[in-house]
Amino acid sequence: MIYWQLFYEFFKIGLFAVGGGLATIPFLQELAEKYPWFDTAMLSNMIAVGESTPGPIGVNMATYAGVMAAGIPGGLIATFGLVLPSYLSILLIARALAKFRENRWVNAAFMGVRPAVTGLIAVAGVSMLRVSLLNETAFAASGAWESLFLWREWILFAVLFAVMWKWKKLHPIVIIAAAAVVGIVFGL
Amino acid sequence: MNIYLDLFLTFAKIGTFTFGGGYAMLPMFQKELCERHDWATKEEILDYYAVAQCTPGVIAVNTATFVGAKQKGALGAACATIGVVFPAVIIITIIALVLKNFADIPAVQHAFNGIRVAVAVLILNAVIRLWKSNVKTVWARLIFAASLLLMLFVRLSPVYPILGAAAIGIVCELRGKKI
Repeated sequence: MIYWQLFYEFFKIGLFAVGGGLATIPFLQELAEKYPWFDTAMLSNMIAVGESTPGPIGVNMATYAGVMAAGIPGGLIATFGLVLPSYLSILLIARALAKFRENRWVNAAFMGVRPAVTGLIAVAGVSMLRVSLLNETAFAASGAWESLFLWREWILFAVLFAVMWKWKKLHPIVIIAAAAVVGIVFGL
Repeated sequence: MNIYLDLFLTFAKIGTFTFGGGYAMLPMFQKELCERHDWATKEEILDYYAVAQCTPGVIAVNTATFVGAKQKGALGAACATIGVVFPAVIIITIIALVLKNFADIPAVQHAFNGIRVAVAVLILNAVIRLWKSNVKTVWARLIFAASLLLMLFVRLSPVYPILGAAAIGIVCELRGKKI
């Protein structure tokens, strides 16, 4: 029964894909080979859609794959399967953490972890900077330095950064919406 | 407002306006959870991220479950989790059924190119603020640099820098050094 298979497969992905949404891609590749639900060409389209729509990428991919396999109920069941293991494990951890929050050693471990997570977020920022401000494929093809820099994006970057710096209370939604409009108007 | 409804709506709002996955959601989490609501401190969100990286599942979903559970137990966690997933499920279902070439539409690509710049600005801004509040001592700077360099140049699972940093935190406490 396809619904049960979808639930089972995405529950497994939710259980074993450690490290965020992009970690689900190798698992989805396996699904493409094992089931007739979607093929690898459709998978690359799913990744493109998952990255250019709002929401957690892993969830986007599960919904897309489920809908391709078995329509709207398939999308719901695949998403439910993906989310259920993390929901259950985080509930348990949240209970334990509430109990040990004041523990000296737990607290010391988290003091060490915070700078590391700040580093991980900085890495995410660097890779977002690379894809948004540099055209590495054009540079690799032509070897000309002027093709590497997307200068209009650099201007947008500088303007948005200055705006964030001046108006610290600004909601991120405003920045995102403004950037989308600028992107369409100037054809970035 | 009813707290369960508030959890659902707040996380639905976060889910609607974040592009680029878990880390890109951080500025939105900070704004909605620390500033507009009093649901978590910025340090707690970092702790949730650390745990989310080391446990299975999607980071944004794990963080939503954490915050909901802290407010209102299992039911609160369910409301927050369904909220963060809800917009994505609706949007993706529509795209998968009727807009299969969504990612190839020129306007979508232009908007997305702009949004990526905004997301880079938001993440960088968040990193600068986190640096100011959490990376003050020599040890903290070393941990930050090590995790940044390891992730940039060695294609490592983020689990290792986090576990290593937790161990350093405990050793520092044993030796009476502050991080």
